[in-house]
Amino acid sequence: MKTLVALSLAATLALSAGQAFAGEDSELVIDGETFVTKLDAPADSPLAEIISGWRFRSNETQELQTDDFENPAMIFAEYGEELWSRVDGAEGKSCADCHGDASESMKGLRASMPKWHEGKATLFTLEDHINWSREEHQKAEPWKWESQEMLAMTSYIGLQSRGMPVNVATDGPVAEWYEKGKELYYTRVGQLDMACANCHETNYGNMIRADHLSQGQTNGFPVYRMKWQGMGSIHRRFKGCMDNIRATPYKRGSDEFTALELYLASRGQGLSVETPSLRN
Amino acid sequence: MKLSRRDLFALAAGLGAAGLIKLPAYASDDAVEAAIKKFAGGMPKTGGVDISAPEIAENGNTVPIEVSAAGATSIMLLAAGNPNPGVGTFHFTKMNPESRASTRIRLAKTQDVVAVAKMADGSTAMARREIKVTIGGCGG
Amino acid sequence: MAANIKPRVKVPGTAKAGEAITIKTLISHPMESGQRKDRKTGELIPRKIINKFVATFNGELAFSADLLPAVAANPYIEFVVAVPESGIMRFEWTDDDGSVYDIEKKITVA
Repeated sequence: MKTLVALSLAATLALSAGQAFAGEDSELVIDGETFVTKLDAPADSPLAEIISGWRFRSNETQELQTDDFENPAMIFAEYGEELWSRVDGAEGKSCADCHGDASESMKGLRASMPKWHEGKATLFTLEDHINWSREEHQKAEPWKWESQEMLAMTSYIGLQSRGMPVNVATDGPVAEWYEKGKELYYTRVGQLDMACANCHETNYGNMIRADHLSQGQTNGFPVYRMKWQGMGSIHRRFKGCMDNIRATPYKRGSDEFTALELYLASRGQGLSVETPSLRN
Repeated sequence: MKLSRRDLFALAAGLGAAGLIKLPAYASDDAVEAAIKKFAGGMPKTGGVDISAPEIAENGNTVPIEVSAAGATSIMLLAAGNPNPGVGTFHFTKMNPESRASTRIRLAKTQDVVAVAKMADGSTAMARREIKVTIGGCGG
Repeated sequence: MAANIKPRVKVPGTAKAGEAITIKTLISHPMESGQRKDRKTGELIPRKIINKFVATFNGELAFSADLLPAVAANPYIEFVVAVPESGIMRFEWTDDDGSVYDIEKKITVA
């Protein structure tokens, strides 16, 4: 079985080698600002070059992200902006009551996610931060991970870091999370017995059937996916990958996915945050 | 009774063959032709209508497409390979210096899209264009 | 985003008389096709789409579109107009459930 899968995978990839994608050399420019979508990787990186998922898409898909009106992900960021100043919870407060202008107070936050949280003494994703603040400060019900509200808020907060380089800390108290994420990345799982690395490190740029494999970078999340016809979180994408290799996915918000999110972000250090981005 | 996977496959195949399970149905050529004739009042000549769309759509759920026809008062768009061929119709007025419109559509598989234009003088025209829809490797 | 159906339009604020200007419109709407099944119950999710889009300028019809379920979620429509004078461009989207969503933009002809 293992040989068969390996053979068929090899055949799929071999068939498609040499099929260049038109979009690979394009530069992402939004409102006159050029985004870093490709850079040389540092010496200790397993990658030679760090490449945003945007580069792996077709010209038509790429173009939709270059115009904030045409990019349907911006609908969610706008909804997030509405929610930012909407009063919620027993305290009768909105996000804006404490955090003021998001373009000041939230600038750079997404670029450093996930991040150690002192109070809770654990690694926090952006979703964790939002729900913690809702419960702690607003005395409001936490949002579901994949709810429209949560996606709108992570889009809006993420947008405040758009264009800034991904810059996550991997040392100090999060070092063990980083190691755990790395271990997950290289561990083969599921009926197809594959690790993240088998596609996204060894075969990025190749085709898997009709799909162009990317490095699995997280700098554009949450993303509007044409397939989903809507927005999705990083953990939703992880779950999709695990379903595809016929593994039992971890839960959204689980320690496993949070650790993996940190490790993946560290592999994309220096890429511009593209949130909210658009993919196929 | 507990059915094994094999039993279920056999059962499904049998029912499918007997026509008891509705297999995904796609629009027949007849349905497409009927829709064109209903709109245009006959089969229009080919030419005079432009369809601009990707040759290969990365995802069939959201395919950008633009139709235009000089002098058209309306343009109907059909997806000949969808379960229902209709997509929509654009209506132009004297306030439109060009009879051109863009939207994003859903295509169930690789297929032809058809644009039929009605002109101010009552004449009609049409164009047909294939759009390949990739099945995706790991949609996730 | 059923709870948050919101129209957006991109219209130039100023134009020359008779100049061709591009209008971009988008409304957040799931365009539920009526062909999908609920994953949990197995039942067909009823159709609920934007079926009509109308643009008027100073009350006069400028452009319209009839939409069917094959139009993608968050329907995007782009078209070209030329207006002779300053005025209000009004956009209306009609939902299967009878709701009408609208937005207005002023165009100043210099």
